[in-house]
Amino acid sequence: MRKRKLEEAIFKALMIVSTVLVGLSLFLIIGTIVVKGLPFLDWDMISKIPDGGYYFGRSGGMLNAIIGSIYIAGGATLLGMFISLPVSIYLNVYLKKANHFARFAKLSFDVLFGIPSIVYGAFAFSLMVYLGVRASLLGGVIAVTLLVIPIMVRTLDEVIVHVPKELKEATLSLGATRWEMAKIYFRQIRAGVLTAVLLAFGRGVGDVAAVMFTAGFSDNIPVSLHEPAATLPLAIFFQLGSPIPEVQGRAYASALILTIVILIIVVFSTLLTNKRRKKS
Amino acid sequence: MKIRLIKDKVIGTGMLTFSILAVSMVLLIGIGLYWRSLPILQHHSIWELISSSTWRPLKGEFGFLSFIMGTLWVTGMSIAIAVPLCLLVAIYLSEYAPIRFKNFFLPLVNILAGIPPVIYGVWGVFFIVPLVQHYIAPSFVDFSTGFTVLSGGIVLAVMIFPLIVSIIVEVLQTIPKELKEASLSLGATKWETIKKVILKKAMPGIIAAIVLAISRAFGETIAVLMVCGNVPISPKSIFDPAYPLPALLANNFGEMMSVPLYDAALMFSAFSLFVIILIFNIISRVILQKIEVKNA
Amino acid sequence: MTQTPHISVKDLNVHIGDNHLLKNININIPDKSVTSIIGPSGCGKTTLLKSFNRLLDDIPGVNISGSVLVDGENIYNAQAEVTHIRKKMGLLAQRPFPLPMSIYDNIAYGPRIHGTKSKKELNELVQHYLQAVGLWEEVKNRLNGSATALSIGQQQRLCLARGLAVEPEIILGDESTSALDPISTKTIEDLLIKLKENYTIVLVTHILRQARRVSDYIIFVYMGQIIEFGPTEEVLLNPKEELTKEYVKGFIS
Repeated sequence: MRKRKLEEAIFKALMIVSTVLVGLSLFLIIGTIVVKGLPFLDWDMISKIPDGGYYFGRSGGMLNAIIGSIYIAGGATLLGMFISLPVSIYLNVYLKKANHFARFAKLSFDVLFGIPSIVYGAFAFSLMVYLGVRASLLGGVIAVTLLVIPIMVRTLDEVIVHVPKELKEATLSLGATRWEMAKIYFRQIRAGVLTAVLLAFGRGVGDVAAVMFTAGFSDNIPVSLHEPAATLPLAIFFQLGSPIPEVQGRAYASALILTIVILIIVVFSTLLTNKRRKKS
Repeated sequence: MKIRLIKDKVIGTGMLTFSILAVSMVLLIGIGLYWRSLPILQHHSIWELISSSTWRPLKGEFGFLSFIMGTLWVTGMSIAIAVPLCLLVAIYLSEYAPIRFKNFFLPLVNILAGIPPVIYGVWGVFFIVPLVQHYIAPSFVDFSTGFTVLSGGIVLAVMIFPLIVSIIVEVLQTIPKELKEASLSLGATKWETIKKVILKKAMPGIIAAIVLAISRAFGETIAVLMVCGNVPISPKSIFDPAYPLPALLANNFGEMMSVPLYDAALMFSAFSLFVIILIFNIISRVILQKIEVKNA
Repeated sequence: MTQTPHISVKDLNVHIGDNHLLKNININIPDKSVTSIIGPSGCGKTTLLKSFNRLLDDIPGVNISGSVLVDGENIYNAQAEVTHIRKKMGLLAQRPFPLPMSIYDNIAYGPRIHGTKSKKELNELVQHYLQAVGLWEEVKNRLNGSATALSIGQQQRLCLARGLAVEPEIILGDESTSALDPISTKTIEDLLIKLKENYTIVLVTHILRQARRVSDYIIFVYMGQIIEFGPTEEVLLNPKEELTKEYVKGFIS
């Protein structure tokens, strides 16, 4: 009996240690980025583009990369939603629950969700070579769109599945067609659509591997779809590789900016999800 | 009346087209990457490519073995760290912890999932690499730069924490209360119930979570590239540097266009990554879907 | 039965997977009267009700054979147009479920999708049907407010009005008062009794007293079969079948 109790006590202690470790890792990451990045963070970082000699430690900022990231992630999210919303509505509202295609499609999106961004990057790059598109804002948007579609479809799917079935019965009983019902569903899941947008945008802003070869890099803010565009994560990656301490410091400051953006997005989408769960 | 029905049909067909297009992305990616890696497959057999460790692209020698070994070492390391930790955390959260702590902790873990890979890389370079270099490695080996399999494994492990924890917690939730109560009422302690009943029942789900985590670790690129050292030699210990496949891809993509065979070789590595991860994902998703259906 | 049947069911069998939920159902539901379907929970009452407006179609693994004739037309006929069939029947569900829009739009939704566009007409319809369910005075000042802000009892009356606004001939009620307080229940019951002048009403209920209060006819269903069908007083006070007797006395529940 003592042995049994002891074993339980040991494992319980191990569990608590593990939980602390996992929780701690988050604070360590955020703490590191804040401590290293804060001293280098100034207004120029987010309001100016790199001056000549920026990468040797002279003045300038990361506005080109910030805008580039917003363009690429925003464009991809918009395009992704344009495809994902009809797809998830079709799979869940138009098709019956046991439909083979619906189940196969859901499995496919689960699998696509697990494909790493470097593979999307490589595929989008091949696609661009095939279509004759150079590394540009457009290329980045295409790559990130492919990356975020599975994220959006899965998020919307989760939201739609939780819509009470009474909504379906109520609408059908009034003699609505499936399309008219789909429109009602859309009203019901507006908050969920916002969650999907936030998640996709967050992923798009933070990703490097997909945009590395598809978006190129530029010190200027792109003014057309065919110009190369810098992104924040890639700028962090390049600056960190520099031997000059000032430039490295800016990598940390850029990392801090990116972290803050991501934290805001994650917290906001978590709140939205919690609110929705409570309601249903 | 008629117009409504026609509208319904037309829009339905449109949405079906979209869905088929989106679903066929899996196929398109596979075909696209295979097609682009064909040139190298015409010169070398697959076995030659994966069994040789001579990497001299300019001389036309493409041996992927050291990169494959690098990927396996780093992935293995991360799984070895993350799985026991996450299993304990998941059990604690679902069986022992107060519900309020669970509701507070899970969103926190969720934040980890949202942090971009490059941030993990920055953290790895600044925190984990020096830690390994100055505090861990000296007790085992004479010299290490800190850019090692171990560093990559630790950073990757933290990256896959949220995935493993959330899936296992979900799987544990599907286990019927009655089963637990039956075991407890036979006089088993809580821990014995967990060990002998709950974990046994949850095993397929736990395996699915691990398989999914392996495939995630396999494909992670930028964070690993930043902390692993990128030396194209098969690692002999966890304090050696490694050069995983995705890092190879990311580091060389820009320059390879001039050498056609080099381009195909890199595409082949992307294709292999895709195939391996595809298989792993299908396995784990099928297991997870079965669990879900059984409990629905 | 002197009246012509409004719904007539012939050899209806419903399977879901391996479960035989409804067995050889044959019934004629009389026009312009209230018919209650009673029986123990899980006996197939709701399945029978939902077979009338084809809400079973979407259930995975469902297999329906036989026919349901509404106004002489078989709704399971391959040529039958399902939205048209459903428009003929208003459903009042267990829990009220307002559509995610304003009170006004909830009522106007049905007429709009079926082609009523004129603002003036819609205004009249909304007022008419809200009055019909006695909700007009309570909500006339907040027609543009959200429907979910109403009380449960008000919401259920709103759902009834919403169903009536598509001008059905039949009202199907699936334990429509089970989520309501006694006063709201009474309001709904009184409404149904009033509405039977113009509509055929079929209710599912597990409350015998409710069946007695509102219905003209009673169908007793047990284990997927119709055991007895007849005028309310006869079935409840003087049942012919042994099973009905036991159920009415409260032995089977």
